[in-house]
Amino acid sequence: MKRFTRLFTTLDQTTKTTLKTKALAEYFITAPDEDKLWCIALFSGRRPKRAINATELRNLAAEQARIPLWLFEESYPIVGDLAETISLVLPPPTRDSDLPLSRWIEQLRAMTGLPLDERKAQILDAWDQLDTAERFVFTKLVTGGFRIGISRKLMTRALAQATDQDEAALALKLMGNWTPETTSYHDLIEKDDPRADGSRPYPFYLAYQLESEAKNLGPPADWQAEWKWDGIRGQLILRDGEHHLWSRGEELLTDRFPEFERAPDFLPDGTVFDGELLAWDDGPLPFATLQPRITRKTVSKKLLRDAPVSLLAYDLLEIGGDDIRHLPLKERRQCLETMLENAPPDSPVRLSPKLDFESWDALADTRATARTHRAEGLMLKRCDAPYLAGRKKGDWWKWKLDPLTVDAVMIYAQQGHGRRANLFTDFTFAVWNGNELTPFTKAYSGLSDSEFEEITRWVRRNTLQRFGPVRQVKPEHVFEIAFEGIQESPRHKSGIALRFPRMSRWRRDKPVNEANSLNDLKSLLKLYG
Amino acid sequence: MTDPVLTFTDRGIYCPAGDFYIDPWRPVDRALITHGHADHARPGHGRYLATHAALPVMRHRLGDITAEGIAYGETRQIGGANVSFHPAGHLPGSAQIRIEVDGYVWVASGDYKTTDDGFCEPYEPVRCHSFITECTFGLPVFTWEPQAKVAEEINAWWQTCVAEGKTALLGAYSLGKAQRLLSLLDPIGPILTHGAVEATNEILRTQGYALPETIHVTPDLDVKAQKGALVLAPPSALGSQWARRFRNPSTSFASGWMRIRGIRRRRGMDRGFVLSDHADWPGLQEAIKATGAETVYATHGYTEIFSKWLKEEGYDAHVLQTEFGDDGQSEEAV
Ligand SMILES: [Zn+2]
Ligand SMILES: [Zn+2]
Repeated sequence: MKRFTRLFTTLDQTTKTTLKTKALAEYFITAPDEDKLWCIALFSGRRPKRAINATELRNLAAEQARIPLWLFEESYPIVGDLAETISLVLPPPTRDSDLPLSRWIEQLRAMTGLPLDERKAQILDAWDQLDTAERFVFTKLVTGGFRIGISRKLMTRALAQATDQDEAALALKLMGNWTPETTSYHDLIEKDDPRADGSRPYPFYLAYQLESEAKNLGPPADWQAEWKWDGIRGQLILRDGEHHLWSRGEELLTDRFPEFERAPDFLPDGTVFDGELLAWDDGPLPFATLQPRITRKTVSKKLLRDAPVSLLAYDLLEIGGDDIRHLPLKERRQCLETMLENAPPDSPVRLSPKLDFESWDALADTRATARTHRAEGLMLKRCDAPYLAGRKKGDWWKWKLDPLTVDAVMIYAQQGHGRRANLFTDFTFAVWNGNELTPFTKAYSGLSDSEFEEITRWVRRNTLQRFGPVRQVKPEHVFEIAFEGIQESPRHKSGIALRFPRMSRWRRDKPVNEANSLNDLKSLLKLYG
Repeated sequence: MTDPVLTFTDRGIYCPAGDFYIDPWRPVDRALITHGHADHARPGHGRYLATHAALPVMRHRLGDITAEGIAYGETRQIGGANVSFHPAGHLPGSAQIRIEVDGYVWVASGDYKTTDDGFCEPYEPVRCHSFITECTFGLPVFTWEPQAKVAEEINAWWQTCVAEGKTALLGAYSLGKAQRLLSLLDPIGPILTHGAVEATNEILRTQGYALPETIHVTPDLDVKAQKGALVLAPPSALGSQWARRFRNPSTSFASGWMRIRGIRRRRGMDRGFVLSDHADWPGLQEAIKATGAETVYATHGYTEIFSKWLKEEGYDAHVLQTEFGDDGQSEEAV
């Protein structure tokens, strides 16, 4: 654990990518194989299962720290992380331990199934032999929420450096269904068998937001335009008579979307599609309809009926078992269209249409109609580009619609946590409803650190009332709230709910009485809801 | 029931029997000042009273003030109140102020830390009936490692910087923390200082506080010639134009807030050292217990949480709204 904690601390202490890569590569050279494998697993989102639930863990930590639970709970939002809060309140350890990372994880895994008291005793025993930094790492593992700011790409690059392998080939090896329990470091990394796992997806190619005007991209004929759908990205894999559905976060979704069970009946084996999962019934349904399909693990008949899902396929990565990512988009698109030509009309895999355009101006007009197609804007893809791995600039661009905006009055404020502990960052906004201010949304991002600091000072001096951590403040500041969509919502007092609300501007120039009204929101709802 | 010894007004903590204020935040006729930090020693008062050791820095910062000095432990009668100043261990010259009226004793702590840093006058507990305590770090997540361990970390970082050909840029508030750090460094190269730090250094040196040799960074100083240097500056200077002259910097910040990972990351420095001039959670408990006070007023920090905790511990505890440490993480408050 000491070596891994040292790595973690080094990664945490620097903001420079080169130093992070160097530290990781060094770890991959010096650590034992079992530890390396777990390190790769952790940094690619393969976390061990939670050994104890969070409530039990809080109770245990508070008890051990000899503080009442409420005091622990008050400290938690200020620290912003449960495992960190625990590591900070516990009394100093009385012993020391040299156990490697893999052994600690083994112990954690062996814990599942043990009676609660036994699990508690083991966790207390562990805390007592780890220092603050080691405890933090250990407790992160206990809570099953090991996430730190290391991208998988960075980890892969470091591993490529350490093992002298090609980064892209290594990235492919790391995809898919493996866990440290089902493979070894040697089998996963050192052996040369890229297709050992039939369910293995390809790394997704991710687009950047368009940075300048579309016309700077060059001749329109070099580009393919599609709707940018408002669903979730997915890869559908048909291999060995089976099908597998992966999310972009590399979550296996196969069981949640039984619609695709039929796919092998009319689509050839050895095929991989990239596309967007949408709730679809003769056309796209709102994102809110898709939501329960993503979150619920069991799919009832009613849910299947109310929220049928299709994959809007826009790329083909494998055909006849061959990886065709190196082919230009034009050719991949041709294959994709041919493949779906004879699919039945109710196929769960549909072709995401190409939007033909003669000029960038004409395409801009098309883009302006995106909301009526329930799209977020357009995707622009270079016709002669291969399918790359990860986020690369140049060939794929998102050309999103400008967000909708309203000017709203801040009425409540709450402190943030983590990086924003001690700053007021979570605000509730209201619009006019006659002479009253009706709250309609919360937002917590979009301002700079210095703006947050300024508003924090203001909140401290202008608090009217406190409700626990929430402060009611003088209705004095107007903010422009940007959002991507608007929906009816009987759960909210205002009757509406926004999608991705954030503060786009502090309207210091606007007096409170010039903020928008609930009627303004209702007309937006009529237009775009 | 007699009148309270101290009352709380919108100008600050007030003593009716002696007609004076303690660390007031609006101009008053007579102000007793615990220490020179800007949230406690503000300009515009008629007369100031502070420890002899605190006055030089206050005069430097506040300019031409009418001020009188007092020795630690010396008792002075002001109106119907007996007043004395006692070491708070926060920074050189810092004091807790004891006020006695008709046998009732109150102590206003100002800012304090209970551990001896080997540099400023160490904290001394003062018995009282009512205690006004700061609680900047009044949460159980704030406990400090021994100073020697933090000093070791800082010195090790400096050595690594030298080995890697980097300039070590250490951010610390210019009054108090910077000088405490100077007393902890094992010089393996020259120590360069920002003007704000150096001004305080000079004053404290004249007062007789022992500080290692430092070099003031002036426009004509050739910083490239200063091999293996450590630079000590207020944190705000580290991100400014001023710091650009140092090539290949490694930045760090010494503060109690560095205990929290999120805050460390927000600061965007390469390193964060957990070193505070305020009492940590155990220090606060220990200090309050040592006063023997029954009534405790919490100010300057997590007042609501801290006073709730004290109530559960059996104290008659209250929140006191002040304008000290107004913005939780101002350089002043750490
Ligand atoms: Zn202070
Ligand atoms: Zn203060």
